[in-house]
Amino acid sequence: MASMKLFSVCRSAQNVIWKSLRSTNVLIKQSRTISAGYKDVSEKIPTPDDGMAEISSYNLREFFMSDLIGGVSLAVSGVLREPATINYPFEKGPLSPRFRGEHALRRYPSGEERCIACKLCEAICPAQAITIEAEPRADGSRRTTRYDIDMTKCIYCGFCQEACPVDAIVEGPNFEYSTETREELLYNKEKLLENGDKWEAEIASNLQADHLYR
Amino acid sequence: MLKLWPLSRVLVTRTSGAIFARTNTTAQDKVEVFVDDKQVFVAPGTTVLQKAGGRDSSTLLCYHYSIVNTASSPGYTRRMCSGFEVESRLIEKSAKVRTLYHDKLSIAGNCRMCLVEVEKSPKVRTLYHDRLSIAGNCRMCLVEVEKSAKVRTLYHNRLSIAGNCRMCLVEVEKSAKPVASCAMPVMKGMRVKTDSPATRKAREGVMEFLLMNHPLDCPICDQGGECDLQDQSMAFGSDRSRFTDIEFSGKRAVEDKNVGPLVKTIMTRCIHCTRCIRFASEVAGVEDLGTTGRGGDMQVGTYVEKMIKSELSGNVIDLCPVGALTSKPYAFTARPWETRKTESIDVMDAIGSNIVVSTRTNEVMRILPRMNEDINEEWISDKTRFAYDGLKRQRLTTPFVRDSAGVLKQSDWETAFVAAAEKLGTTKGDEIAAVVGGFVDAESLVCLKDFLNKLGSEGLCTEEMFPMDGAGTDLRSNYLLNTTISGVEEADLILLVGTNPRFEAPLFNARMRKSWIHNDLEVAMVGPQVDLTFDHENLGDSTQVLQEIANGTHPFSKKLNSAKNPMVVVGSSILQREDGSAIHSAIVEVAQNARKQSGCGEGWKVLNVLHRVASQVAALDIGYKAGVDCIKQNPPKVLYLLGADNGTITREDIPKDCFVIYQGHHGDKGAAMADVILPGAAYTEKEGTYVNTEGRAQEARLAVSPPGLARSDWKIIRALSEVIGVTLPYDKLEEIRSRLTEVSPNLTQYEKVEEANYFNQSQQLANLLKASLDSKPLTVNQVQLKDFYMTDSISRASQTMAKCVQAATEAETAKY
Repeated sequence: MASMKLFSVCRSAQNVIWKSLRSTNVLIKQSRTISAGYKDVSEKIPTPDDGMAEISSYNLREFFMSDLIGGVSLAVSGVLREPATINYPFEKGPLSPRFRGEHALRRYPSGEERCIACKLCEAICPAQAITIEAEPRADGSRRTTRYDIDMTKCIYCGFCQEACPVDAIVEGPNFEYSTETREELLYNKEKLLENGDKWEAEIASNLQADHLYR
Repeated sequence: MLKLWPLSRVLVTRTSGAIFARTNTTAQDKVEVFVDDKQVFVAPGTTVLQKAGGRDSSTLLCYHYSIVNTASSPGYTRRMCSGFEVESRLIEKSAKVRTLYHDKLSIAGNCRMCLVEVEKSPKVRTLYHDRLSIAGNCRMCLVEVEKSAKVRTLYHNRLSIAGNCRMCLVEVEKSAKPVASCAMPVMKGMRVKTDSPATRKAREGVMEFLLMNHPLDCPICDQGGECDLQDQSMAFGSDRSRFTDIEFSGKRAVEDKNVGPLVKTIMTRCIHCTRCIRFASEVAGVEDLGTTGRGGDMQVGTYVEKMIKSELSGNVIDLCPVGALTSKPYAFTARPWETRKTESIDVMDAIGSNIVVSTRTNEVMRILPRMNEDINEEWISDKTRFAYDGLKRQRLTTPFVRDSAGVLKQSDWETAFVAAAEKLGTTKGDEIAAVVGGFVDAESLVCLKDFLNKLGSEGLCTEEMFPMDGAGTDLRSNYLLNTTISGVEEADLILLVGTNPRFEAPLFNARMRKSWIHNDLEVAMVGPQVDLTFDHENLGDSTQVLQEIANGTHPFSKKLNSAKNPMVVVGSSILQREDGSAIHSAIVEVAQNARKQSGCGEGWKVLNVLHRVASQVAALDIGYKAGVDCIKQNPPKVLYLLGADNGTITREDIPKDCFVIYQGHHGDKGAAMADVILPGAAYTEKEGTYVNTEGRAQEARLAVSPPGLARSDWKIIRALSEVIGVTLPYDKLEEIRSRLTEVSPNLTQYEKVEEANYFNQSQQLANLLKASLDSKPLTVNQVQLKDFYMTDSISRASQTMAKCVQAATEAETAKY
């Protein structure tokens, strides 16, 4: 970092010297040949035709090195400012309560799974990433026997959690679930419920934070 | 008998010219009625002519019936003035909006969602419907008008008017308050508005009341996605709820009832439309359902816990506009939006009900009825509806070959074909025979026949017996239900011989009941005492009775001869007896005598055979011999069983070294005795033609693919023929269909009944017979409800059907 700054300072200095040398010849009309089809976009050095005001303004700017000072002060302020990056695996940025990360199936405080197999999430999923099968459980209640999400298909639109009438399927705050194989991203009900158990505290607080806007 | 009185409800239709009336006033001299602009004076007490059985003017007629039928219905007392003018016209149905109205049920009037404004037109005697002028309307009730517009309520035109759901209130000009439109007679010059602010507000109000006591459990309700109440609340309901009472007293809650293994009840969802009750008592003919309590305490149920003892009970699931009655086997398994629907044909009986097969992930999820006014109207039997789980069990999914140790071993097609071809190729043609079962489609039938004929065999027969003496199966009219199912509605007298149509063909029975209610049909029975759900005269079960009727010496003969449109229906089960041909010729005699005496003319057919299995008529059309007698007499060396599972031929009937090839879809009796098993497809898994007992060819369509290595049946036979070297000349379905057309054109004229009319010749040939009737009493196989459920290889493999048998057996001994 330091060497980088040093380098740019050198560059600026070099530039100044070169330009001041050149400015002594400012009155000499420059003859630059521009081949057809190209346009000269380089800084215009004023010519006597531009008038005295223009020329003196240019010379003053060059003399006091205002460009250089501006550049250096920006660089110095960057050194003093808080860094824009974070030390990722050890530091994490802030997340909105609405962040849509890894999916989870939640439970009621009693431990009963929330999902009632209404299949609304399956119906609304634009990527058709959700597969549900259901049948009556032994106690007669409506439950899924299979709840699969293909995380490789999922586009994280959050429609599933919007559709869910019982807040069972949610997209939690977790975004760090990369895997080594594709198969690991085909989530089944067990994995989703496990996610729910793991992230319940965060999910619940996020829902609480956002409940006024729902 | 319906009589016409002044001040009685009169409906006139142009299509049928029938007049319907309800008697509720005193008699006077003459009633003035306008029939299609013509003034008619009808003497009080005139018999009301009722014909055209609900087909041409479908909803109108059903509606009339329902009016006639509700004489006892409370709250339905509005009368029509004599002299009102009516003109018939079917109003287009556009039904943008659906309320709890159901056009196959009677009007209940309790949902009050069909509110319309009615205005009076000063000029013309027409019925104004918003800007659409409806020139006169034979429908006395506004609900038909509304149908043309936007509103449907709990009304169902196949059931009576109950007027209790209050869902179809209408606003009538000069009427102080809205009236139920389902039961509101149309007056001259009414003006109707279906979309006025007042109407909409009234509808919204009623919807609010309905939802007040309806649970918001749509996510766990099986009706979700196909719920009338959901649709209506989307159409008419308020966008917000004023129901803030949850903390105070809660919603109404009702305990669920246990009404058997088929219908699941969640009675809290019930909105008291009484469709199920009306269906049970009117269409199914069982008085099991009813209401108890009043007002907020009203409950629909069976009063005591018991099973709905009906073979048509599953239809209440379709009728229920909400999720109060749902299917138990289908519970929670699929949503309507995720199933694929295939229109197909049922084969569980010989009626050929039209069905819709709902499938998901190559699995049949449920079976629903499809409307066909000529066959099943919109009902299906419980076996049709619920035996589908048998399609997933006991299936043959790979070929099997019996090894040297006598054990059936799984193998592949090549091995099985080679094993079968070795025997078939080396056996002489006359030593090969084939038996076909009840589920075989016409394509496979003709394929097998061509195949065996090419090998030189003529020994092709059906499992089901039919007398081959006399005219036998040569004359088509001998083995068809000639009058057709809808013809029952024109008949005035039916003589049943040795059949219990309630279980052998439940929808034929439902049609008879319908006619019995509305058309004063009389039914008599020669056979055992059975419960047909309607009153009928039992003439005894001895063959002597039949003989006497044929001779004209029985008292009943007089009645039969005086009938205008008599029908004689013989069950195919009774023709399985030794003296089947004698019975059949006696029936032919009875039918022909009745035909001559009654003067019904050549157009009306009297003789009817009610078959039990779906393949029989097609097999006889194609030229199969009926019954396995010829095989028992000439034991073959190679026996080809094509879906023959009813055990009419067993290992004892054939020589020990006889090589048996079984082709079919279920591991049942046929597969157990086979040496080679070729796995075929069930009726939901192939494109096939089935001819029902009327002789109506219909097309079953592929809904799911056959399981495992199983293949479509005619393709198996076609492939086998190639292995043997007598390749059959068709490779595609169209080619085999054109072969079917060659054999008998009616087999590919779908949806049509090819008429057969050789009764005189049949009688002459029958007279040549010397067979005599047995003294054994005439019996039927299916007497009670428990006998109905498991009759074939599919229903025997079905767990649902097994549960039904168990429940029906328990219900027999139950106290109530």
